[in-house]
Amino acid sequence: MNHLDRRQSLMGVKGGALATAVIARRNLLQVRSDPEQLIGMTLQPLMFVLLFVYVFGGAIAHSSQRYLSFALPGILVQSLAFNGFQTGLGLNVDFQRGVIDRFRSLPIPSYSVIAGRVLADAARVGWSIAVIMAFGFAIGFSAHGGPIGVIAGLAVAGLFGVSVCWPMALVGLSLKSPEAVNAGGFIMMMPITFASSALVPVSSMPAALRVFAANNPVTLVTDAARSLMQGTAATGSVIKALAWCAAITVVFAPLSIARYHRQA
Amino acid sequence: MAGIVVEGLFKKFGTTEALSGFDMEVAEGSVVGLLGPNGAGKTTAVRILATLARPDAGRATVGGHDVTVSPARVREIIGMAGQYASLDELLSGWENLYMIGRLRGLSRSLARSRAEELLGVMALLDVAQSTVKSYSGGMRRRLDLAASLVGDPPFIYLDEPTTGLDPASRLELWQIVSSLAKQGSTIVLTTQYLEEADRLADRIVVINKGRAVANGTATELKHRLGRQVIEARPAQQGDLEALGATLSRVTDNPVQLDTQQGLAMVRGASQADLARAATALAAAEIEVAELSLRLPSLDEAFLAITAPKEASEPPR
Repeated sequence: MNHLDRRQSLMGVKGGALATAVIARRNLLQVRSDPEQLIGMTLQPLMFVLLFVYVFGGAIAHSSQRYLSFALPGILVQSLAFNGFQTGLGLNVDFQRGVIDRFRSLPIPSYSVIAGRVLADAARVGWSIAVIMAFGFAIGFSAHGGPIGVIAGLAVAGLFGVSVCWPMALVGLSLKSPEAVNAGGFIMMMPITFASSALVPVSSMPAALRVFAANNPVTLVTDAARSLMQGTAATGSVIKALAWCAAITVVFAPLSIARYHRQA
Repeated sequence: MAGIVVEGLFKKFGTTEALSGFDMEVAEGSVVGLLGPNGAGKTTAVRILATLARPDAGRATVGGHDVTVSPARVREIIGMAGQYASLDELLSGWENLYMIGRLRGLSRSLARSRAEELLGVMALLDVAQSTVKSYSGGMRRRLDLAASLVGDPPFIYLDEPTTGLDPASRLELWQIVSSLAKQGSTIVLTTQYLEEADRLADRIVVINKGRAVANGTATELKHRLGRQVIEARPAQQGDLEALGATLSRVTDNPVQLDTQQGLAMVRGASQADLARAATALAAAEIEVAELSLRLPSLDEAFLAITAPKEASEPPR
């Protein structure tokens, strides 16, 4: 009758990995019962591509086609930044519904709940990348960097997409309601996604803004992805982009785990 | 293994003191009902025992493990079901239980068989594959209870398990909890319902304003209020006042008259008082339809214990 003696503890490193995987699986299973999530994850990036390329393309680059090749990596990075909202929203809803309490009363390492969330969101990042790139190539995106350049560029963008989940996790665990998480996320993401090289060259901005835009992670990640995909010299921006991803993770992963761990 | 020992717990949220020196002991294998009004500190006490909240001061051990020193050890041996059934709405009942089994370190096959077994016990096999969103309130509570039993933790906390349930679902849940208790689980059950505590718990701890104000079996609590109650009903409604005066005189206690029910009541009475009252009433030629000595109800005990002192004095 008693299963106590037949179970293994999940408190160790191996157990923590298993707990993370179980929770990631749970988060992905949710998508099945909530198809709106999948529709949102698919349509939103497509809308971004269509709107920016065909609404602004002509005005910015005098040609939608030319603008597509410039902007697609930027739109991709921007979408991935907004994708991080899901991490914050998911954790916030779990918190409000008491699911987090259930997890916290179980003998699993505290990081596994957030890591499981981020792991599931990494799968969403992969999905967003696939949707945007398939659509981009279909409407004429050309990459001069060849398959290896494209894959390398996507890898940098994907890494950024996973990194931004950590600060959003902190927002999701700190604010009271999903609405607040949405608002907080926008306040965080709008400046860094728009005051960046994602959609326009930084050189077109006023001097003060240029300083901010040039050093902003979205700019550096976009520049790295763009130059890798287009086969132009990229080492400097790739190193800076990777440094940003590492810095965001190193700062916000422990903060969000500490926030989760902090007992009321 | 030791049961649960709680000593002098304090917990403040902002300026509100949720617990102010709460003590409790739960013997291994027993069921303790933590009974108190809303805001008495029941949920805070359970959250501390479940390692979900940290006490500001005081100490609590579960199965010999201190909840603040070794929370991971405590989590290995506890299961928790709450009034806000914390289930994943977007997963099926089966998936919820399977997930928790895996998180409790059960192998895939063991997690699978345990999920099925518990769904059977809780009469949820028919809806095992439906998402929890579609469950009724009673079904959710049963699934929540099942979730707390995955992995067979020896200590189970039930935080107001039947609040908001219809009477039939409440009875079902009571039966399940009773059978758990028979299997030797140590159960802490919080409730606002005296009937629930009376029915399920071996001992009752009454909590009010963050402190344990009484502690004992249901019968002990009834005695604690004080002694017994004499109730008398005159045959003629018109005799109520005279009857009350006589009762008050012979028992040397204030009498409470309920003119609507035509009933006089004296608290804190004894069997000798009853005998004297019978003789005096006969001598005064007041005919009684009913004259009895009884224990106070648990409701009366509860109100007397938790109500502010001045209000618990009967009106004179």
